[in-house]
Amino acid sequence: MSKERIKISPDLYDIMPSDYQDLVQSATYGKEDRGWKDIGTSKELIEQHSLCAGCPESMAFRYILASLPNPEDTVMVGSTGCTSLVFPMVAVHNIHSLFGNQNAIASGLKRALSVRFPDRVKDVVVLAGDGATVDIGLDMTLQAWFRQEKFTTICFDNELYANTGGQESGLMQKGFVAKMAPVGKLFDKVRLPEIARESGCHYVVNCTVSKPSLVEKVIRNSVLIAREIGPTYIQLYTPCILEIGKNSMEGLQEMRDSEKPTERFAYKEYVSEPAKQFLAELAAKDKERKAAAKQLAGKA
Amino acid sequence: MTQYRVLPGPEHFLPPAAASMGIYLPNPGEAHINGVIVPEEKAYEEAARQFLMAQVPTIFPGPLVLWAWNEKAAKKAAAVRKLYEILKECVQPGQKPMLIPMPDYRPKYPKINPEVEINPNHPNLTIWHNKIDCCMFIGVHCHQANLSLKIIRGGTSCYTVAMCAQAGHEDAMLSFRDASVEKILKLGEWIRKLKGTVKPRLTTAKTSASN
Ligand SMILES: Cc1ncc(C[n+]2csc(CCOP(=O)(O)OP(=O)(O)O)c2C)c(N)n1
Ligand code: SF4
Ligand SMILES: [Mg+2]
Repeated sequence: MSKERIKISPDLYDIMPSDYQDLVQSATYGKEDRGWKDIGTSKELIEQHSLCAGCPESMAFRYILASLPNPEDTVMVGSTGCTSLVFPMVAVHNIHSLFGNQNAIASGLKRALSVRFPDRVKDVVVLAGDGATVDIGLDMTLQAWFRQEKFTTICFDNELYANTGGQESGLMQKGFVAKMAPVGKLFDKVRLPEIARESGCHYVVNCTVSKPSLVEKVIRNSVLIAREIGPTYIQLYTPCILEIGKNSMEGLQEMRDSEKPTERFAYKEYVSEPAKQFLAELAAKDKERKAAAKQLAGKA
Repeated sequence: MTQYRVLPGPEHFLPPAAASMGIYLPNPGEAHINGVIVPEEKAYEEAARQFLMAQVPTIFPGPLVLWAWNEKAAKKAAAVRKLYEILKECVQPGQKPMLIPMPDYRPKYPKINPEVEINPNHPNLTIWHNKIDCCMFIGVHCHQANLSLKIIRGGTSCYTVAMCAQAGHEDAMLSFRDASVEKILKLGEWIRKLKGTVKPRLTTAKTSASN
């Protein structure tokens, strides 16, 4: 279906850079069961990224892009920060917003898309850093949730302002000393997942990106619930290895250490009652679909 | 006050938008050369002459023709290809026509490969690298074309032609409007017509690069 919509003009096909040819040939657009397992075997929706080598944000990006249920009809809204370095390499429509404004822009965008394309499902996904989500953009973040805007907010929580060299953020841990915050944080990490729940989000998850299958499940749920029911919020620990003094290959272990049951990124999930019901219906339909496909395969 | 003219640069780091200098767009049936409104026919001749004179005449097709959004886009792409083939047929030894796509508008700096693509936010990388001294934009959305044409005028001496599907571009040195398959092919006819009558600038080693 969707590949029909991204055709290169045959007469100019040969001059297109190979990235674009690959995208049309072997991206997973339109594949119903797309997911993290497609990474490496089909065209990924991200090119080489320009983040620091080994930055966990790059893993997070890959898993998220592989898990979007409807990438060809998804618009992502980004904000300034390390994440914004990646968006130019992403093969999903995206908008760069003024720092902090991302949830306001996404609100207007989602509404405009519903008016412009009433018969087509269009997903909007915000992806911004903790500084953008929790500090400078907190007003816009919360107001979108209060208004029950139907889109997903993903926060890449690296617990500081990484792109500008390490200033204190609301999501930084108490006592943490950063390169540009030498006194140390004087108050606790803001409990945004709980605030999200109280502000009307229907699905809230706080976790790391150490497990691709988990990220896939969480992203899929959050986008589908936002589409049908109301706002969702995902807070992902994507440690800034540069700022916490880790080497490129140590990001994964850092995430594993921080998701232990007593740690601040132990998996936490909140699902509202309507969202629970929706997920149960979805699971039942999925089971039915898979059983039918199996039966069909058996007959063939 | 002297009248501003849209001429090959390098003008300076931030050239003014030609519109702000009093250059206005042609009406249907007209075109502009250096900001002066002319009958369209005259612009075909001048564009053909510029192409035949250039050492590296280049066509930059943008997303509106590279992607087959609809049948019309694919037909325009076929016409662009034809134009390129004609150009190759009509140039003299030493001239090197090119066809380089602008598939995307997102700033890819610094990862662009100037041999295979051009990006509107830093078009000069492709122009400098390939020593392009005459280029034509086609199928590039207006806001990106204007930005890019201005950057080219600012930092290179490349002659710019816009085959615009809307009302034309003040920031190009020569602009058509209401581009269609017929107009693209008509430019091809003019190139054929002038074949062998225009002396290419082969001797000037320094063509487009300003630094
Ligand atoms: C309105 C505005 N204020 C401030 C800045 C400067 N700025 C750029 S990136 C950044 C920090 C981003 O931090 P965060 O959102 O946590 O993203 P990270 O870089 O950590 O991924 C700041 C303050 C800006 N670009 N725009
Ligand atoms: S500064 Fe930190 S968050 Fe930004 S790319 Fe580098 S490691 Fe990643
Ligand atoms: Mg941050």
